[in-house]
Parts: sequence; C-alpha cells; structure tokens
Amino acid sequence: MSTCPQYIVDYMHEYLDGDISREHEQQLKKHLQMCSDCRQHMHELSDTVAFVKSAAHITAPPHFEDKVMKRLPKGKNRVGIQKWFRRHPIIVAAAVFFLFMSATMLSNYSSDEFSVTTQPNLIVDGQTVIVPEGEVVKGDVVVKNGDLVIEGEVDGDVIVINGEYMASTSVVTGQIEEIDQVFEWLWYETKAMANDFMDLFKE
Amino acid sequence: MDALVNKRIKQVLKGDQNAFSDIVSLYQHKLYQICYRMLANKQEAEDIAQEAFVRAYINLHTFDQKRKFSTWLYRIATNLCIDRIRKKKPDYYLDAEVAGTDGLNMYSQVASSEQLPEETVQQMELQDRIQYEISRLPDKYRSVIVLKYIEELSLQEISEILDMPLGTVKTRIHRGREALRKQLNNL
Repeated sequence: MSTCPQYIVDYMHEYLDGDISREHEQQLKKHLQMCSDCRQHMHELSDTVAFVKSAAHITAPPHFEDKVMKRLPKGKNRVGIQKWFRRHPIIVAAAVFFLFMSATMLSNYSSDEFSVTTQPNLIVDGQTVIVPEGEVVKGDVVVKNGDLVIEGEVDGDVIVINGEYMASTSVVTGQIEEIDQVFEWLWYETKAMANDFMDLFKE
Repeated sequence: MDALVNKRIKQVLKGDQNAFSDIVSLYQHKLYQICYRMLANKQEAEDIAQEAFVRAYINLHTFDQKRKFSTWLYRIATNLCIDRIRKKKPDYYLDAEVAGTDGLNMYSQVASSEQLPEETVQQMELQDRIQYEISRLPDKYRSVIVLKYIEELSLQEISEILDMPLGTVKTRIHRGREALRKQLNNL
C-alpha cells in the first residue's frame, strides 16, 4: 500500500462521506480489486465507522429539565403576574373595586379647601360659619376645613370636618359629628353609604 | 417541529420563561449526548449541557429565527465542551503539533494518562469501549466524529456548528476516521 497513490485514500474518505464523484468511485473500485492492502484499509475504515455508529443513544439524567429551569435567571415574570390575575378573577375584581371606592371617597374629602352647605340663613365669616341667634337652619349642615359656631337652631345633622364645633345653648335636632382624620372620613362615608342603602330597603 | 420551536422562542422573548421548558425538553437528550461524548464524564456533561441551555436562554434575542435552532444550540454546547476540555488539560504545551503527523499532537502520542492496559480494554463491554475510544481522540477530531456519527448531522450542519469551512470539516473527519482506525488496530 505504501506504493499506492495518496488519492486512493482520499477517495475512500470521499466514499465514506457519501460525496464521491462517479469517476473517483470507479477508480477506487478498480484499485481495490487489485490491491489487497487498500482493500484491507477500506475494510478497517468501514468497520471503524460501524463501530462508532453502534454507540447507544444516551439520554439526559432525570430531572434535567427542572434543573435547567431552576438555573435560569429570574426577573422576567410579567407573564407570571398575568397568569395569577387570570387565576384569581374575584380577588382582582375586589381589589379594583376597592381602589376606585377609596379614590372617590378620598376625592370627596378633598384637600384643604373651605366649603359649607348652602343654606340662606348661614353667616360665613372667613373660615367660620355661624348659625345666628334666633334663626332656624333647615337641613344638615356640613362644614369642611372651617369652624362652626351655633347660636341658633339647626333642624338636622351637624358635621364638621377638620374644624371645631362650638355651641353654647344651641339646639340641634340631629346628630353632631366632628371628623379630623382621613380614615375617619372614609369610615363616615362608608357608614353613610350603608345607611343610605338601608333607607332604600326601608322605603 | 421548527414551527413549534419558533413559537416557543417568541413566547420566551415576550417574557414567558415557562415556554423555555418545552425547548429544554425537546433538545435535552441530544445536547446531553454531545456533551457526554465530548467530555466522557457524566457530571461534567450534565453541568455543561445545563449551562448551554442557560446561555441559550440568556442570548435568545441574538438567535436568527430564519436559521435552524438546533444548529445554534449545538454550537453553544460544543464551544462550552471545547473550552472545558482545554481547561482540563494539565500540560497544555503538549498541544503543539508534531511535524509530519497530520495534526496529531504530542498529547495524542504521549499516550494519554487515560490509556488503559490492553487486556482491560479488550474485556470492556462494547459501549464502554466505544466511549473510551472516542475519548482518546484528539478533541478537534472528537467533535466532528461525535457530530457526524453519533448525532448523525450533515457535513454542512457540522461546518455551521463548529464555525469552520466545509473543507476543514471534511479533513478533520478523514483524519478522525484514520486516528480511530489506528486506535482500533493497535489492539
């Protein structure tokens, strides 16, 4: 074989790669028929290929997938949140409802603007609202961010938010409430809403 | 399958990490097999195969979806394996090619420390023997032989995975076959 041209071995490999040209294949066949050394070489190469190809398929160890998933960097879980939303629609609905509720209630509470219910016989002096002596104010009186002085009579409830309520010998037919905190205001609104609700049923 | 893979890739890119588990599930065995045949060590093969998936996940945005995903994934894995093999070599200066040996280096001639006595080798079970012979191949032949005959990939795919010209792949496969032939004949 030492005398055989190198291209014969190259042709063997071309043959094994499956991309040998017809000419080369014929030359190779012709040569192999007359040269036993090269025949032997070709056999050995084919056996080598068969040997490697007989390798069994190897499968990944158990839990491989889980281990990979655990090694992935965290942080991109936007979809995870979406899934959670989809799985708990009632909680989401309740949360959204509560959010809007508190938003509207807080907006009612408003910042620190002075305001008062409009009854014709109320006297407003700066941030102080006065119910004059001898007068009867019909309906509820609500004062926000101001003080209320009652010298006459109120035919209804009196509510003072963020302010002081002063009365000497006054007559108030309804309830008197002073509210100073945001939460108290929320609580009051909730109570009021519940009362309205009850009234609906009573009617 | 490619359509499914591309769909999962899009989901992962949108932030759905769980969609990646299908990709892992599809390719885990092939990827682990490449690593195991290259590294001849179960622990290392598992570690490198996992690392390859993690890197694929992190760099998924750089993958061109018009191309074949498996080619891209195998490329990551083979590169990691080759890096690991290089780090393992105790005497890296043995890498120097010996003149006139067709790319064989000192390492392959010094008869690696892994080489076992003849009788032991002949008593090996066939599968152990195959793994042993593959692991004795110099690593540049080992990668092409594994991809060609164990994974049964085309020469064109191998050239893309290893990022080398088709001609180089052919040359390495030829030399790899010759090297294996000699190993088997010596016994």
